[in-house]
Amino acid sequence: MSKRFTQRFTLGATFALALLASTALAGIATPGHAEKAKDGGSYSIVFKDDLNTLDPAIGYDFQNWTTIRAIFDGLMDYKHGTNDLVTDLAESYEVSPDGLTYTFKLRKGIKFQNGREMKAADVKYSIDRVVDPKTQSPGAGYFTALKGYDDMVNGKAAELAGIETPDDYTVIFHLTQPDATMLHIMALNFSYVVPKEEVEKYGADFGQHPVGTGDYAMKEWVKGQHIVLERTPYPNHPGRPHADQVTIQFGLEPVVQVLKVQNNEADLTGDIFPPAKFLEVTKNAALKDRFYEAEQLNLNYMTMNAHVKPFDNLKVRQAVSYAINKERLVKILNNRGTVTSQVLPPAMAGYDPNFKGYGYDPAKAKELLKEAGLEKGFETELYFANTDPWPRMGQSIQKDLAAIGIKVSLKGLDNAAFNGIAGKVDGTPMSLTEWYADFPDPSNFYTPILGCASAAEGGYNYAHYCNKEIDKRAQAANAIADPAKTAERNAAWSKLFGDIIMQDAPWVPLLNPNRYTLRSDRLEGDKSYFVDVIHQPVPYEDVWVKK
Amino acid sequence: MSAYVLRRLIQAALILLGVSILTFCLLYLLPADPARQVAGRTASVDQVERVREQLGLNLPIWQQYGRYLWNLLHGDLGRSYLQRSEVTTLIFPRVPATALLMCGAIFFELVLGLTFGLVAALKRNSALDQAIMAATFIFISMPAFLLGLLLLYFFAVHLGWFPIGGYGQFKNLILPSLSLGLLGAGWYAQQMRSTVIEVLRQDYVRTARAKGLNRLRILGLHVVPNALLPIIAMIGLDIGFFMGGAVLIESVYGWPGIGQLTWQAIQQLDIPIIMGVMLIVAFAVAMGSLIADLIAPLIDPRIKLR
Repeated sequence: MSKRFTQRFTLGATFALALLASTALAGIATPGHAEKAKDGGSYSIVFKDDLNTLDPAIGYDFQNWTTIRAIFDGLMDYKHGTNDLVTDLAESYEVSPDGLTYTFKLRKGIKFQNGREMKAADVKYSIDRVVDPKTQSPGAGYFTALKGYDDMVNGKAAELAGIETPDDYTVIFHLTQPDATMLHIMALNFSYVVPKEEVEKYGADFGQHPVGTGDYAMKEWVKGQHIVLERTPYPNHPGRPHADQVTIQFGLEPVVQVLKVQNNEADLTGDIFPPAKFLEVTKNAALKDRFYEAEQLNLNYMTMNAHVKPFDNLKVRQAVSYAINKERLVKILNNRGTVTSQVLPPAMAGYDPNFKGYGYDPAKAKELLKEAGLEKGFETELYFANTDPWPRMGQSIQKDLAAIGIKVSLKGLDNAAFNGIAGKVDGTPMSLTEWYADFPDPSNFYTPILGCASAAEGGYNYAHYCNKEIDKRAQAANAIADPAKTAERNAAWSKLFGDIIMQDAPWVPLLNPNRYTLRSDRLEGDKSYFVDVIHQPVPYEDVWVKK
Repeated sequence: MSAYVLRRLIQAALILLGVSILTFCLLYLLPADPARQVAGRTASVDQVERVREQLGLNLPIWQQYGRYLWNLLHGDLGRSYLQRSEVTTLIFPRVPATALLMCGAIFFELVLGLTFGLVAALKRNSALDQAIMAATFIFISMPAFLLGLLLLYFFAVHLGWFPIGGYGQFKNLILPSLSLGLLGAGWYAQQMRSTVIEVLRQDYVRTARAKGLNRLRILGLHVVPNALLPIIAMIGLDIGFFMGGAVLIESVYGWPGIGQLTWQAIQQLDIPIIMGVMLIVAFAVAMGSLIADLIAPLIDPRIKLR
């Protein structure tokens, strides 16, 4: 019996629904926002640093991503303001029952900003380009499940054998093993479709001259100053974008960003909200409707490396887990986050609201140290990046561990050096770090930071944790590719992360930091856009300006 | 003269070579791994190794340096690891902004430093002198970014006289130049004060006074020109001094110059950019001091270029 699970979304219906939902929500949730979306006008977003690149094959941070998302599209997208996958350049898709074949039907008449129609060959070209070692894409690793991946990265093939284009509007992906994250990957910037002729025209400088199918085309990029995005002359999404022009301004300190937006001289703060202005802005009643608190797919955590004594002893790792006062850590951050005891953040599928973890219990911690034969404590080191808030958090943890007899010396390094040393197998006994998921799927909190492959020298698994049995379970969970079995899959991940913490305790999950954004009086949009997890600070094409 | 310039140019080339070797070695010694930065967070160990090979980072250091030098001699500063653009196309468009900032800073440091130094010297040991000297110590010892932020708060945010950061208009230039210039003005005021006091004691000043020249003419004709000599040599070296400050000041004010680029590159360990900036700055310092040395004999004919 061959069962086919097909998900079909007509774009019009999706947009009608989204529009309906947003107007309804706007009316209820934020009074004064009840007006309908207005088209035209322009607004500005302020950042500190200029962007590195707008090449979707290269860009790999939130600041790049939102701008790249405005210029380019993928086969899949998230319904803006949510984590829900929807089709974008694809009209529909089918997944074979064994999870090894994904067939996408493309929408007809999609046009690049240079006026040419996008076809199946462009999709293939774009993904081949990411995997091609010459491109040096940080996203190549997302496509390991595609047939022919190894041949291509080893230079034995010039294209991926696993992408087939039987006609101009059909793309078929053949996988070597089922991968439940495939649809998410199709919504990730690395899968975004680029026109070959433009890439060849600019070569390695395509990132400075991006051309895609998105709602905004890049009009101007003055390095160190600003990027101007302009409504595409070849729109592919009915009803989007609202503003004619978006200016992304660079070079402003976070504190200055807040001042400018507060005075309505700019429309949206781009970077992490500065602690110095946080209390002032939260206490200012006049700014209440313009200030947003959002969850993120993010965790701050402390790793313990079992390759370094005495952390090879589970009891020691558990003792440390009991000893940390996380409430104080959150207070140190002006309450800009939530205490947690598990790996997955609350906004992520698979988060277990009933998971208890270790809790704060110094007496229990001392008892465990005694059982480990370390009644008198020991000396060790805690590494972190020397940018706020890590040093302050480190000091708090140092105090907690001193209380149970562990003498910690703090090692704050610049970020690149910290990542370098923490990547070494026995580099750091303990390290303080964070993880932002690349897409809203629980596997993204395992493979790159807890999986065996990442535990090798140079990986981002700073605990250098590798449990073969857990690794097998992770692979099994990843193989549940049937969208109908998503609940089963999430439950498997949930259990797996719980077992990692309770049985092996390689990390102490500390807290989930929140994100804060301030908008000007004139920038409008549904609240969900301002707290969007995927598009930070907002999906540019969905907000609008009051005339 | 031309032999002198040629010799100085050869010296400059050697300095650049030394700077490039030193910077290269220092960056090599960092515990960080640029290949991993390029390959990204989710890259497997194999992928990182492939990137390392492509960037030539797997070669021994002398070979890496040899390659760099070879390209450099062909005018190629390499490609940025993270911005994926030619380093030259990233740095050169930013040179005018930094040059403008330096000119503004030199203007302020000369005007403020020389004026206050002169006043302090003429009123030496008075309360005014002491106040000026105290202020110079504060400006010299204050971190550049702190001074920048304070001026920004006071004049742009609080008083609203100047725009909050930005670039392109004359009014944008004033606060960043002033922040940078005040640091140098402190030095200049002290230097000027002590030289003027020194010059005032010279016989020719006493003679001028004895023959009844008025005070202003004594200052204008005899004191200031003689006191300026050591200052001119200092301006040549200022370029290097300012570059350190510019990295911070440009970040505070969002000034789109080399300093801002450098700051970003350092944070991301973008070695080709850091190397390129170091070389360009070293070149500018060498040229600055050469020009200062060439100007010196025009002011004081006793100086001979050898």
